[in-house]
Amino acid sequence: MLELRNVSKVVGGKPHLSDISLTLEHATLNVLLGPTLSGKTSLMRIMAGLDVPTSGSVWFDGRDRTGVPVQKRSVAMVYQQFINYPAFTVYENIASPMRVAGADNATIDREVRKAAELLKLTPYLDRTPLNLSGGQQQRTALARAIVKNAKLVLLDEPLANLDYKLREELRQELPKIFAESGTIFVYATTEPHEALLLGGNTATLSEGRITQFGSTIDVFRKPDDLITAQTFADPPLNTIALAKFGKAFQLEGGVALPVPAHLAEFADGTYTIGFQPHHVNTARSTPDEIGLKATVTATEITGSESYVHLSFADARWTMLAHGIHIYTPDEEIDIFIDPRNLMIFDASGNSVTRRQKLAA
Amino acid sequence: MARIDLNHIRHAYGPNPKSDKDYALKEVHHSWEDGGAYALLGPSGCGKTTLLNIISGLIHPSHGQLLFDGQDVTNLSTQERNIAQVFQFPVIYDTMTVYDNLAFPLRNRGVPEPEIDRKVRETLDMIDLASWANKKARGLTADQKQKISLGRGLVRSDVNAILFDEPLTVIDPHMKWVLRSQLKQLHQRFGYTMVYVTHDQTEALTFAQKVVVMYDGEIVQIGTPEELFERPRHTFVGYFIGSPGMNVMPVTLLGGMAQIGGHQVQLPSPAMPTAAGKIELGIRPEYVRLGRQGMPVKIAKIEDIGRHKIVRTRLENQEIAVIVGEGQDIPAEPHIAFDPKGINIYADSWRVGGQ
Amino acid sequence: MEKTWNNKAWFMVLPVLLLVAFSAVIPLMTVVNYSVQDTFGNNQFFWAGAEWFDEVLHSERFHASLGRNLIFSAIILLIEIPLGIVIALNMPRKGWGVPVCLVLMALPLLIPWNVVGTIWQVFGRVDIGLLGHTLANLGINYNYVQNPMHAWFTVIIMDVWHWTSLVVLLCYAGLVSIPDAFYQAAKIDGASRWAVFRYIQLPKMNRVLLIAVLLRFMDSFMIYTEPFVVTGGGPGNSTTFLSIDLVKVAVGQFDLGPAAAMSIIYFLIILLLSWVFYTVMTNYDAER
Repeated sequence: MLELRNVSKVVGGKPHLSDISLTLEHATLNVLLGPTLSGKTSLMRIMAGLDVPTSGSVWFDGRDRTGVPVQKRSVAMVYQQFINYPAFTVYENIASPMRVAGADNATIDREVRKAAELLKLTPYLDRTPLNLSGGQQQRTALARAIVKNAKLVLLDEPLANLDYKLREELRQELPKIFAESGTIFVYATTEPHEALLLGGNTATLSEGRITQFGSTIDVFRKPDDLITAQTFADPPLNTIALAKFGKAFQLEGGVALPVPAHLAEFADGTYTIGFQPHHVNTARSTPDEIGLKATVTATEITGSESYVHLSFADARWTMLAHGIHIYTPDEEIDIFIDPRNLMIFDASGNSVTRRQKLAA
Repeated sequence: MARIDLNHIRHAYGPNPKSDKDYALKEVHHSWEDGGAYALLGPSGCGKTTLLNIISGLIHPSHGQLLFDGQDVTNLSTQERNIAQVFQFPVIYDTMTVYDNLAFPLRNRGVPEPEIDRKVRETLDMIDLASWANKKARGLTADQKQKISLGRGLVRSDVNAILFDEPLTVIDPHMKWVLRSQLKQLHQRFGYTMVYVTHDQTEALTFAQKVVVMYDGEIVQIGTPEELFERPRHTFVGYFIGSPGMNVMPVTLLGGMAQIGGHQVQLPSPAMPTAAGKIELGIRPEYVRLGRQGMPVKIAKIEDIGRHKIVRTRLENQEIAVIVGEGQDIPAEPHIAFDPKGINIYADSWRVGGQ
Repeated sequence: MEKTWNNKAWFMVLPVLLLVAFSAVIPLMTVVNYSVQDTFGNNQFFWAGAEWFDEVLHSERFHASLGRNLIFSAIILLIEIPLGIVIALNMPRKGWGVPVCLVLMALPLLIPWNVVGTIWQVFGRVDIGLLGHTLANLGINYNYVQNPMHAWFTVIIMDVWHWTSLVVLLCYAGLVSIPDAFYQAAKIDGASRWAVFRYIQLPKMNRVLLIAVLLRFMDSFMIYTEPFVVTGGGPGNSTTFLSIDLVKVAVGQFDLGPAAAMSIIYFLIILLLSWVFYTVMTNYDAER
């Protein structure tokens, strides 16, 4: 079990990480999700022991490991760049951590071949990394992390430099590869889609803080606050400010809506509502759906789905609709949203809908 | 803007190419419309960058001709071709302001200063950077820098085509959406001829009117996103486009039916030609229905990705991925059925019959 | 990126610190000691206060040498920096020419200072040297032993020959780090050769140029061996730079006090000027 207790990191007067407490269990896959510079890499460096936190402590299996350098911890890291020993063959690259640990040749051979088989590298064992494709180079780095048999494996955007389809394949294989090892597996990414495909747990990061940590699908479906919801949305979360007076919602664009029954008990005041692009529909499917008129700014068609970019008052929204919908720009269309899919955030950004569900 | 004709273009990096294998780019013979938005899509090493470099003039093709609006530009330099290009990593002139960056290509061409001012201000509005005009370009974010790169192309009135070489690589996911839709709007409003190289299907499909799918130095299909999704000409297109890609399984054809292991599937049109070679059936996960009727399957894994679930099923020895809607239940005794309109038949990996 | 804090690292540095203490700090203190005292030999010292400093700072001879140094460094920088940039710009970026050029460029840097001096001393001689002989045959009465202009010319050419390579190598390292996309973009923008240099190459080189200017300034300001070997500071005092003058005072005349004061002043001038260069150039960089 890896435990971070109130970890902060300040570099040159600027806070890179602020008061992070996080507990990661053995044999779990944990995603750190956040935009560039949100602190993912800083956090991983502290987990690895490459950096010492300014304050707070790092515990592993009940022992305080703060300040213990990386060499003395059981850690493997894989980076966005493909880092291998260029002069070694793939076989020697994979074997290197075991050679350092002083394993005997028979064990090394067995483990290397097992890892190579798992990562489909067997035909390339005699080549050097520079004669491999990017995907194969990154597989080599992953295989090295596996044979090291570390208790903590840190992957810092390992698939970012690979082709889309290769990413898709490796992403599928990765959880399987690490599933049986009992390892704590930490994976940093900027892409919400990637977090969802990996599953496991997700911690969302924003400006050096963890905004929420929980099972990936839970964090996605039930964000605690607006920042988490925005971090964990691709396409971006649709939002609009509104004011509630008794039985009416007053929307930013001057539109008034009746308050849906299940939201009636909220206090009057100003709120931000958020809803996912795939929850915007082109046709009414249930009678209590909210209907609005929005203006099309652009349409993107992927073949099976359409991303329709909309403007509503000052807000920019995206609708993700099944099938192919062709609209001309500036066309005004009807859109429908099921009120049960609305996330409502109060003035300080905390989710009111979530609190309501927790209480129920 | 111009129409681009690729006349029997081939390219080999080594000298004296003999067999097809020596060519990084096998024969390309196409005509791209004036004002069209084209995406070159494929895995690394498929020849898409080679093709882009041939259009930009960085590479001189071993064979064939390149025409802009009917005029042969094969032997012209990059400069003489009047193209604009946005690169993978933002290229900006660090020491200049945003305004001067945009004015640079015009000043180099000796455009009079009042004209420059008008064009630059117009372009700054187009790319939403008007309030940044007097800022130094070096302090900007990656997405703003990419917009400046684009702006240096838009500011010129003589541009034949705008080329993009994986321009969103260094952009955060949220900004990608914003940039892409801005690009789309610019294209709709001004009708530039655009060629966009990427390995990312979402980028290619959402950006382009026509997607050029390349594999192993060849163009395997040019089509609208819809065509590529519904009727992939080659199993590679089926695999490469869609997430997850198309399910492809070996079948035997019997009249209007396809035999998959011990099961039979009704084909959309009864008059499927009997094709020779290896016969396969392709169906996208979106067209496989999971329910209580059809062929019994085992479920290997369920991936809940929020807006839908990807269910990995096994039909005898065949893995079949199914996409299931957000609120939809997964039955205890799962069966799958194929929607006939989603079925394609392939002989030796190439699609046969049908429209 | 920040590195792990590790106190053990100090033990690794300790031997070097001791060595530096013995080789630099202690002799330096000796010099400071000499500069404030007077001695008539026999290890008898008398307190002299700032007297020597005062004397040195008001001496015509010191002013003249300092002036020569400043002019020399200015000429060196004005020739070597632009020349180094031009050569670096024209060096090949790929192919077999790269190692050939790099080795050729590195050659002068490998030759010891006094050997360079000797080479040029012989090279410039009218009777047996190629340069001197050729110039004489062209009807130029070249004589670096008697003509101050010729002596300066020889010392400057010698330094340019010896040290331009350093500037070239530094600039070249800056140039090869520029990605191809920049050149391609410039072509597309219709940039002239000059614009490419001004807006792409020069900005990307400015860090290495700062180092080149600093190194060449400090080195040329401290020049000693080459003029000592070639001209011995002459004819007259025309190539007597501060360093040469200092040796004359200290070893030739055995005026330890003034010599010590002089070397401290000399040291402070170099420190000051280097600092000025550095601040001016980094400020300029930050401003842009």
